[in-house]
Amino acid sequence: MAQVKMTVNGKAVSAPAEGRMLLSTYLREALGMTGTHVGCDTGQCGVCAVHVDGKLVKSCNMFAAEAEGAEVTTVEGMANEDGSLGAIQQAFQDHHGLQCGFCTPGMVMAASALLKVNSKPTEAEVRAHLSGNLCRCTGYHNIVKAIMAASGQDVAVAAE
Amino acid sequence: MYEFDIKSPSKLGKAVRMLRKHEDAQVLGGGQTLIPTLKQRLAAPSVLVSLAKIDKLKGISSDSGTVTVGAGTCHADVAADDTISALSALAGGIGDPAVRNRGTIGGSLANNDPSACYPAAALGLGATIVTSARDIAADDYFQGLFETALDETEIITSVTFPIPDAAAYVKFDQPASRFALVGVFVSRKGSDVRVAVTGASEDGVFRWAGAEEALSANFAPEALDGLTPSGDMIGDIHGSPEYRAHLVGVMAKRAVAAC
Ligand SMILES: Cc1cc2nc3c(=O)[nH]c(=O)nc-3n(C[C@H](O)[C@H](O)[C@H](O)COP(=O)(O)OP(=O)(O)OC[C@H]3O[C@@H](n4cnc5c(N)ncnc54)[C@H](O)[C@@H]3O)c2cc1C
Ligand code: FES
Ligand code: FES
Repeated sequence: MAQVKMTVNGKAVSAPAEGRMLLSTYLREALGMTGTHVGCDTGQCGVCAVHVDGKLVKSCNMFAAEAEGAEVTTVEGMANEDGSLGAIQQAFQDHHGLQCGFCTPGMVMAASALLKVNSKPTEAEVRAHLSGNLCRCTGYHNIVKAIMAASGQDVAVAAE
Repeated sequence: MYEFDIKSPSKLGKAVRMLRKHEDAQVLGGGQTLIPTLKQRLAAPSVLVSLAKIDKLKGISSDSGTVTVGAGTCHADVAADDTISALSALAGGIGDPAVRNRGTIGGSLANNDPSACYPAAALGLGATIVTSARDIAADDYFQGLFETALDETEIITSVTFPIPDAAAYVKFDQPASRFALVGVFVSRKGSDVRVAVTGASEDGVFRWAGAEEALSANFAPEALDGLTPSGDMIGDIHGSPEYRAHLVGVMAKRAVAAC
């Protein structure tokens, strides 16, 4: 079996992976990093979202071998250095952007990908950007509020 | 998924040789369609030949009359290039941001899903599909549901779109998948009008000749009053054939109005 190497949250990692091993499986099973969730496993729900070379991707819809040499960021990489919650995570807590929390890793990764390229998105842009991330609990309003707040904007605009 | 090896050649010639050598080898583009298919065990290749490392297949270039998109260019990159705004808007409306960062134009055209967006742009702009073996006019390329003119060891390398005077794509999203329940691409270049319809027909993407004729005489939404496409429309839980036929007319009028 080929050894697949990449950088995950700034740390060089290496693990054996069959051709058919998904990036989500590599992260969760080969590296034991279970922050990245798997929901639908068909590319629909977005809970498995991570960044590969800075781009948002669904890790259940990419092979580990294709991330050879890439810089991968997962939700475990979103906390501050001292282990406290990062700004987006804190906003999710403050604005009740999660209930069961299953979708949250994907939501946080999607939010962070958006804010990197668009630091002050409108509510419509936030909602459009979350089109590939499903949440069965919150009804999305508080997730949108959390992302507006994380971008330093007035959350009241997302309250309607 | 059944077991397979992934190979990532950096040269197109090598990729073609690999496809010839391994009888059941298959090309891997962005994997956004193929990986779910493999998970369902609907395909069982022994080798996947990934195009990701072939730099030549990526990028967008244009000259005075055409835009050429490398087959390995992801939807997000096409969405960011505004040379043909109808094409970038179409790419920016495919799926969701994560799908757009992986899925490629070559994969979409090779797959020819009857509800996919890019086939409507290729047919609606009269594109040329360039492969490792030849150039294929869009009019000859699409051959029914998931069927194309490609042979098994042929790789799409780029797609060349003539720049129109005006064009627009309007799709009615299937709300769960965001594929086109019906999508219509209209373009006008001089006196030449093309109308391509996706999501509607049992035979996959098609040119709506009746609408093209009416719009050539009068390029206005009213020109389509009372027209519906002939042929068998798809009927499924999302919409009956009659509903789809009606939507084709509505989407076409909106596209003309947006041109
Ligand atoms: C959640 C979700 C939503 C989506 N929504 C839409 C939508 O709204 N509209 C839409 O049009 N599509 C949609 N798609 C499909 C998406 O656009 C895919 O990217 C596309 O259909 C396939 O491209 P790919 O590069 O991922 O190809 P792959 O999945 O890698 O390959 C698809 C097929 O094409 C072949 N292939 C790939 N590249 C080439 C090439 N260069 N030459 C020859 N053969 C090749 C493969 O062998 C395979 O048979 C969606 C997908 C998902 C998961
Ligand atoms: S688990 Fe990957 S998209 Fe649902
Ligand atoms: S918080 Fe439960 S799925 Fe989103």
